[in-house]
Amino acid sequence: MPEDFEPVIIGFLCNWCAYAGGDLAGVSRLQYPPNMRAVRVMCSGMVHPDIVVHALQKGADGALVMG
Amino acid sequence: MNVELLTLSEVEEFSGNEGNFSVRIKKNPRYVDMDKCIACGLCMQKCPRKVDDEFNMGVGKRKAAYIKYGQSVPLKYAIDAEHCIYLTRGKCRACEKFCPTGAINFEDREKHLSIDVGAVILAPGFHPFDPSGFDFYGYGRITDVVTSLEYERMLSASGPCMGHLIRPSDHTEPKKIAWLQCVGSRSTNRCKNGYCSSVCCMYAIKQAVVTAEHLNEGIPQQTIFFMDIRSHGKDFERYYETAAAKGIRFVRARPHTILAGKNNMGVTMQYTAEDGRMHCEDFDLAVLSIGLEAPEDGPVLAAKFGIELNSYGFAQTTDFEPVRSTRPGIFVTGAFQAPKDIPQAVTEASTAACEAARALMPARGALTHEKTYPAEQDVTSQEPVIGVFVCSCGINIASVVDVDAVAQYARTLPHVGFVENNLFTCSADTQSLIAEKIREHHLNRVVIAACTPRTHEPLFQDTLREAGLNGFLVEMANIRNHNAWVHQALPEAATQKAKDQVRMAVARVAQNDPLRQLKVDVVQKALVIGGGVAGMNAALALADQGFDCVLLEKSDRLGGNARRLAATDRGQKVAPMLTRLIERTESHARIKVLKKAVLRSAVGSVGNFVSKIEVDGDTRAVTYGTAVVATGAAEYQPREYLYGQDERIMTHLQFDDQLAQNEAAVGRARSSVFIQCVGSREPQRPYCSRLCCTHSVKNALRLKTLNPEMNVYILYRDIRTYGEREDLYKSARDLGVIFIRYGLDSQPVVSRKGDDLFVEVFDPVAQLPLKLYADYLVLAAAVVPHDHQALVELFKCGVNADGFLNEAHPKLRPVDMSVDGLFVAGLCHYPKPMDESIAQARAAASRAGLILAKEEMQLDAIKSYVTENCDGCALCVDVCPYRAIKLEQEKIDGRSHIVTDPALCKGCGLCAATCPKEGVYVHGFTLPQLKAQVEALLAEATA
Repeated sequence: MPEDFEPVIIGFLCNWCAYAGGDLAGVSRLQYPPNMRAVRVMCSGMVHPDIVVHALQKGADGALVMG
Repeated sequence: MNVELLTLSEVEEFSGNEGNFSVRIKKNPRYVDMDKCIACGLCMQKCPRKVDDEFNMGVGKRKAAYIKYGQSVPLKYAIDAEHCIYLTRGKCRACEKFCPTGAINFEDREKHLSIDVGAVILAPGFHPFDPSGFDFYGYGRITDVVTSLEYERMLSASGPCMGHLIRPSDHTEPKKIAWLQCVGSRSTNRCKNGYCSSVCCMYAIKQAVVTAEHLNEGIPQQTIFFMDIRSHGKDFERYYETAAAKGIRFVRARPHTILAGKNNMGVTMQYTAEDGRMHCEDFDLAVLSIGLEAPEDGPVLAAKFGIELNSYGFAQTTDFEPVRSTRPGIFVTGAFQAPKDIPQAVTEASTAACEAARALMPARGALTHEKTYPAEQDVTSQEPVIGVFVCSCGINIASVVDVDAVAQYARTLPHVGFVENNLFTCSADTQSLIAEKIREHHLNRVVIAACTPRTHEPLFQDTLREAGLNGFLVEMANIRNHNAWVHQALPEAATQKAKDQVRMAVARVAQNDPLRQLKVDVVQKALVIGGGVAGMNAALALADQGFDCVLLEKSDRLGGNARRLAATDRGQKVAPMLTRLIERTESHARIKVLKKAVLRSAVGSVGNFVSKIEVDGDTRAVTYGTAVVATGAAEYQPREYLYGQDERIMTHLQFDDQLAQNEAAVGRARSSVFIQCVGSREPQRPYCSRLCCTHSVKNALRLKTLNPEMNVYILYRDIRTYGEREDLYKSARDLGVIFIRYGLDSQPVVSRKGDDLFVEVFDPVAQLPLKLYADYLVLAAAVVPHDHQALVELFKCGVNADGFLNEAHPKLRPVDMSVDGLFVAGLCHYPKPMDESIAQARAAASRAGLILAKEEMQLDAIKSYVTENCDGCALCVDVCPYRAIKLEQEKIDGRSHIVTDPALCKGCGLCAATCPKEGVYVHGFTLPQLKAQVEALLAEATA
């Protein structure tokens, strides 16, 4: 793996906790790496396994389901 | 829309009578225009003045331009005039220079306004006890002695230590931490707070438990020094047991001397254990579990409003009217009424709302507003034409993200018909502009690249509706909170991320369909199940608000357990109150009482339930919009302590009967013994029954009053006379009632010798076995729930591990049940004294009234729905936590399928994630929509 490797991570974030946590991180100006792209969902329980697999097949380097 | 928040305001004058009060209010200047402030925080960043942060208990610093904390409502900055350099010395104005919206207004002056109101609710909260000046705690003198509130902020991830626990003296991680309970509570020696603050045991246990999560290395040793552990709330005893099992040490002692450790680091504590042995122990940090006091300005407030306070400075109320002040039309709630925990405070907030609604009943709806919108255009047959509005948020986004580049990029995306960059997309003029552009460019979808949908989506949905579009045709790309603010040093990567976010939102919004918020007709009638004090109070509170009620009672008369109670905890006689309550209930024109009635079925959902009720053999159907469940509980029938074998051995309620009927005979006894926790706090029933300690103490007091010569013993595990009930405990001790503690491993033994009854117990203070003679042995038998299985099956509601009915959320929704439209009150929820049952019943009525007040109710639009792929495999039926999915018996084209009930569905999508065939989706979050976002990202993304 090259040293400058920057993974593309897709995050499925529960509206009520993880996504809200992301918002609060912003308000608090907590700095973190810009590699994740968030998809907001109403519950992490609605994330179908297929879509995680789909994301990985389409080239995502990682998938985070947070809730 | 119907709540107006007046911040920085205080009441100057108050006059009038119930139903017609006049309030004069002074509104202090904020120096920030709330309409212009976008809470970007630049004023705070640029403000040069640092002051102690009172929200963080002075542990950290804040600026003179500030918000109290990140979740402030309204989220608008303010300038602290006492510390602002300009306002105190006439120079600076840095905030004004940098504020991107011109929101700073140093010309702001205090304003006075008068409003007319029909009812008032006072909720000024409590004042944390200040241990400064109490030399033996060493607070303020010993660096590593902190208050529990300071410790709470030290633990908080958003607190001054960012959640990494360090002690004040040398900024190292403390490993050995001690909590001292009852600091400023249960204390009449050095302060005047004789009451128990009710919440400190639980918060100390919580702090001890979570401490482990905030240390980076090593294993913490947490010790809690206490007098009695008071974990009398629902599921609290389990929490306590679990904490002990995790290794948190509980020591029954009140340390008498606290000294600074070597070099003023840590503390050395001396204490005497229960067995009389002296100990000296070192700790890295000591936490003082400070109590709750009445608010400092309580007396001023009370004088202004003409209400009375009790001896501790809390608002005077009665057990039968728990939130009613001494002046009609003025209600009190929260810790101003008495020290209480969050579930109780939230419950009683609804109780106060109920009382205010009752008082305002004749004028209901007179001043409420409702918004109207133009007719919605049908866009379903149109190709998507998407408008993208990229927000600079002043410089909040634009200083990191190249917003012009993002806007340029958006123009290249499929379906995008219009793009614009705004300084503030959320400002009122931009809303008109968006509506204008929608019409001008025939936009039928909108993307807002700005801040978070969690706060701003409703605003933009509203803008779309005003422009004649369905509100669900907007999508937000969160390029501020999730991007510019968290990648401040990486402008290029942030810009790239913003482009990706916009691309994802555009791909998704193209797939959005208009959604309808389902409206259901409401049957404006309530069913109340249970005719005890809670049920009758709920029914009356609803009926007084103008709603019809059916009250269902399984026995042949109203009154429930209260029929056997003599007096409330504050000594008010129950019988006359109960008689009046029953009379009012039975004679109220809006209440129909059904006795000997059993609920046989329940179908439907919020707004529309139908039940078959069997009344004395006949079955009838009742329709109702909501139900309050108040089915009560029973007294445990003991199997221990020779109960049932000797008539001198009685339960609480039996002894109450005895006192009512043969008071003189009871008074002649030489010796009476009470045993606490009979059937409670034991492995088979590991909860505290909450009311038994006070019950026994009250009866012990009564015996001592009847016959001061009588020996009265209370054998207990922890005395839990929480709140102002502590006064009773103190009186009992003062009158000579003897309290002897026993442990679960050394329970008392009851025996008979000849005609005499004896109780043997080991006294842990004297370290001696005692043999007590008993003319009466009273067993403080547990409160046990009724069998709720039938109810659970009918309504699909839930019970906790102990069999008590569950609330939707213990703190946020303490009287709602998990099934919409159902509310819970009284003993069926958890053991509680009468004042709390009444408060909870009226709170339930208030919550139920919200549904009943309108002829129709709007449900959320995010609901599951069945697609043509469904083949009825029914995998989703069991995973649905709300039981909103049923397998339909009738087939369509020979195929089975499910049906979803939108009134029950909460849109969590567990069904959608379970279904292997895409047979069920959630509106707004369909697999194609989520896939569109994922694919849009991965088509181009480079991190």
